[in-house]
Amino acid sequence: MANVTVLGATGNQMVAEAFRQAAVDVLPAYPITPQTTMVEGYSKFVADGRVHTEYVAVESEHSAMSASIGASAAGARVATATAAQGLVHMYEQLYIASGMRLPIVMANANRALSAPINIHGDHSDVMSARDSGWIILFAETAQEAYDNTLIAFRVAEHADVLLPVMSTLDGFITTHAMERCELMDDETVTSYVGTRTPVNPLINGASASSHGMFASLGGTYFEVKKAQRAAIDASFPYIQEAGDAWENISGRKFEFIETHQCDDADFIMVVLGSSAGNSRVVADELRAQGIKAGVLRIRLYRPFPFKEVAEVLKGAKSIAILDRSDAFGAEYGPVGLDVRSALYNEGIVIPTRNYIYGLGGADVTLDALRQAFAEIQQLADGKLDQSLSYLGTR
Amino acid sequence: MAVNIKKLSETPERLVGGHRLCGGCGASIAVRQIMLGAGPDTEVVVCGVTGCLEVSTTALPYTSWETSYIHNAFENGAATISGVEAAFKALKATGQINKDKEMKFIVFAGDGGTYDIGLQSLSGALERGHDFVYVCYDNGAYMNTGIQRSSATPLHSWATTSEIGAAIPGKPQRRKDLTSIVAAHHVPYVAQASVGNWKDLVEKAQKAFDTPGPAFLNVFAPCPRGWRHGGDATITISKLAFRTKFWPLFEVENDVWTMKEVREKDLLPVEEFLKTQGRFSHVFKPGNEHLIEQMQAEVDEQYAHVLKMCKASVL
Repeated sequence: MANVTVLGATGNQMVAEAFRQAAVDVLPAYPITPQTTMVEGYSKFVADGRVHTEYVAVESEHSAMSASIGASAAGARVATATAAQGLVHMYEQLYIASGMRLPIVMANANRALSAPINIHGDHSDVMSARDSGWIILFAETAQEAYDNTLIAFRVAEHADVLLPVMSTLDGFITTHAMERCELMDDETVTSYVGTRTPVNPLINGASASSHGMFASLGGTYFEVKKAQRAAIDASFPYIQEAGDAWENISGRKFEFIETHQCDDADFIMVVLGSSAGNSRVVADELRAQGIKAGVLRIRLYRPFPFKEVAEVLKGAKSIAILDRSDAFGAEYGPVGLDVRSALYNEGIVIPTRNYIYGLGGADVTLDALRQAFAEIQQLADGKLDQSLSYLGTR
Repeated sequence: MAVNIKKLSETPERLVGGHRLCGGCGASIAVRQIMLGAGPDTEVVVCGVTGCLEVSTTALPYTSWETSYIHNAFENGAATISGVEAAFKALKATGQINKDKEMKFIVFAGDGGTYDIGLQSLSGALERGHDFVYVCYDNGAYMNTGIQRSSATPLHSWATTSEIGAAIPGKPQRRKDLTSIVAAHHVPYVAQASVGNWKDLVEKAQKAFDTPGPAFLNVFAPCPRGWRHGGDATITISKLAFRTKFWPLFEVENDVWTMKEVREKDLLPVEEFLKTQGRFSHVFKPGNEHLIEQMQAEVDEQYAHVLKMCKASVL
């Protein structure tokens, strides 16, 4: 019988607990705000002898992911964590981890990218890695960061998936704010996560194997990449299975997307991460005024749940798509582009507006969200165009 | 530890034939000699970094490695092997691997991947004290991409990004003293060796493998293509590098420096080394005598530095 401990904890603390309970073998990490308390917490577990993990205190994020790749190819269960400049410093290695099909789990404390330098929460870092072949989950709360991280191990290491998974939580808002959290007992988690069965590991394998090979002209590279695309496309049911299994234990539902009052909604706001709560508050206000507002929160960002998103949005009159990062030079920010693509795929034509919000940790006020909802009502009436705008700036 | 040539001849090869390196390539000679130092029965994980050795030995679906092998990228051989070695320790701790099992971990990287882009990764792994051997096969340029200069390229040498012209006579800077930089990490074993002195190299490789903690070998490894010499001259040139003091052979064991000095009767001026390679042909043109003088001075200075360190270690 599962035993639950209720505690006040930050998102970083909860991710560190998830790593501990997953009995991570190797954790190479380099400190960066706002990820630091996560790896500090883990370092204490190591110092106290509570884990068997080899904590490799590398000299850079590039080396953190390099060592993660080496350890994962060797056959170990591997986790790491980073943020912002750290994530983009390991950019080259992100593609190598996914290309080598290594089931590394990484937490990312979502943070702004320089310049100008800013340590606060937005999604610029993780969005820069959205096409790197990693499965990407966005947590709204500290609890969800814990849940997502545990689900991540089960998905990544599944024999039919073998892809790295990024479990992301918003810098400071989720990494540092204390919330009521439920920590499952170690035994239950250990049993849920299971043990890794590596394929042709460097050590302890049935025979010598070569990893990270050279695939030049002749099509092998092309075939490997096609297989990688097939793997991430085929990962949806495994992600759902892992989420359902966790729901059976924890009682907390796992869905690729979470909807709030969307069934009959005329005006829907699409959002990721920690701002969903404020969005729901504003939607409820509007409902009280007789305006049919709803919120769609995306929890699984890669692979993108195109069908599910389109299904929810298809009945709306207009849509506000919120992006906590920009895709400079593109028509919309990353989420905006994906949501529009989802609609197009299903032949749905609904007017949208794209709102870039909360960059560099800028406050996401209820007023700003009210403004977005007000504007898409005008959009539905044809009084506004479908342009991109920055929400809450001067 | 003495090297028994009969035993070595019976030791199975870990880098087997059929690879695509050039005839006379110093890198493959270095790998084969060094891997003999691991002993016949020890399991070894090799990490290769991007470069000639890597592309020529692991073209999918073939591999030339009769041992577990990983390539990650160019600048991170030391970080990658850190992860492999940490995994070995962790899996031992949980009993997923027999606690008595022994394995060795080795990186092969060129000078570009070591002196330049991989220096930070190497320094980090040395400081953390992983149990591994790092081998730099030093051919003094980025050979795989077409002979561009690195910080290991000798003074006044030609390379495709240190061209020879009316304004500049080859690479204006001296070589980075990487071996001393590694020694400054105070790791247990550091050595400079050469494919031209095979017995010395195998002995040093044995020591490196047997040393618990980080060990580093900087190995002189000619590149016929890049240095503009015949594939049959690799070993002759390597021996000349030693006899002209261009490539001193020394060890730093627990901070104690010892050197295999060039005997007086064997000593040759640096021209004897330079004239064997097309990359230095311009220094022999009339009017360039001062370039050779500068190169001789630099070689003498570097040699004297190692001698000084040896003397200081004894005191």
